[in-house]
Amino acid sequence: MVDFGGWDMPVNYGSQIDEHRQVRNDAGMFDVSHMRVLDMRGEGVRAFLRYLLANNVDKLTVPGKALYSAMLLESGGVIDDLIVYFMTEDWFRIVVNAGTADKDIAWMKLQAAKHAPQLEITDHPELAMIAVQGPNAREKVWEALPGSKKLTENLMPFRAVELGKMFIARTGYTGEDGFEIMIPAISAPYFWATLAGKGVKPIGLGARDTLRLEAGMNLYGQDMNESVGPLESGLAWTVDLKSTRDFIGKVSLLANPPSSQLIGLLLLDRGVLRSHQQIHTSHGTGEITSGSFSPTLERSIALARVPNGVQAGDTVQVAIRDKMLAAQVVKYPFVRKGKALI
Amino acid sequence: MNNPSNLKYTASHEWVKTEADGTITVGITQHAQELLGDMVFVEAPTVGRKLKTKEECAVVESVKAAADVYAPVAGEVIAANSELDSSPENINSDPYGAWIFKMKPDNTTDVTALMDASAYQAHVDSEAH
Repeated sequence: MVDFGGWDMPVNYGSQIDEHRQVRNDAGMFDVSHMRVLDMRGEGVRAFLRYLLANNVDKLTVPGKALYSAMLLESGGVIDDLIVYFMTEDWFRIVVNAGTADKDIAWMKLQAAKHAPQLEITDHPELAMIAVQGPNAREKVWEALPGSKKLTENLMPFRAVELGKMFIARTGYTGEDGFEIMIPAISAPYFWATLAGKGVKPIGLGARDTLRLEAGMNLYGQDMNESVGPLESGLAWTVDLKSTRDFIGKVSLLANPPSSQLIGLLLLDRGVLRSHQQIHTSHGTGEITSGSFSPTLERSIALARVPNGVQAGDTVQVAIRDKMLAAQVVKYPFVRKGKALI
Repeated sequence: MNNPSNLKYTASHEWVKTEADGTITVGITQHAQELLGDMVFVEAPTVGRKLKTKEECAVVESVKAAADVYAPVAGEVIAANSELDSSPENINSDPYGAWIFKMKPDNTTDVTALMDASAYQAHVDSEAH
């Protein structure tokens, strides 16, 4: 067990590699109740989020649709990454990271006080969250919760629906299909046990990390933080700089073009890439932000921040203990839907 | 926990087996492999390297962490287990069979002075609290 943002969480229940493969090949469940659920309600909530977030909530036109976004400081540094769900014109739901939740809420309330004092921002500690992920995840959820099938079998990726006191989203952090399900904490143990009875195995934080790394998804605090911007963090696709829309951090992003970039690495020599290892390239030095062993590729992979100019196909050197090992720069994601992409 | 009684142990969780010819075989304990989890890489010391007691000489890496392996006593490395290059997971499945390296100790009395199985178990229990 480890402390994770104030929560006691298991790194692994059994073999971490078996847990990883369970999700890639069948279905696994994660207790992600540490993730914080916020509701923003009131008139003008869309206009406020249009200003608060780096991605544009105007992409959300259909109720239930979700959007991944960074929330930035004026400096362009990343306060947090989050998912925002459009439910109605006066209700948007937001899911943020555990370790940053208090800081996020304080920031949102500070900005709302200035720009949209009519909004009500509420936190939902009474909601637990269970992510069920893998090629068979949706089928397993329907077996465990037969009443959910009709409402969710045609649910598109990155959409959510309410089912009584539950909130079911076709989202995840593994690169596999599945659902993230918010459920009152009081009902969560029964739901967890029901899923277990259908053969869904519990998955720890360790496999959660290797799954998201293979899927090329950033981890806040590791791959980005308040001192780097989204453009240096592989998140340019989530930042809308073209429209006339103003948002917090935009002025700084336009004034300071990025000098570094986030890239994927595949270790060519034997060993394991880890965060904070130094990278030597022909364009200067960089650093690994997340590194591990990829159970799918059976090789070590990493995300690293390196100077502009380094390109996919380049070979770089990684300082590991007293050695310099060769790694190849690759485009990520490394794995999606159970398939190796490199 | 079942730590073989014919082996000696270190506080840093290596096991040591004395062979008939006085050389020693070294690996990591059941407890150590359990803490580290799925092993994915082992870097054994070079044959011929002279080691001091408690000198870092090998590295075992699991999916979640890298850990140093220390020389249990002073001496010279006489063999490294190359099977672990392709099958590091043998350390998980058979920690007392999957040796990492062999040494010729400078002094055999250094080996007899190491912990026995029950002293090691007491050490593991004390670390847990």
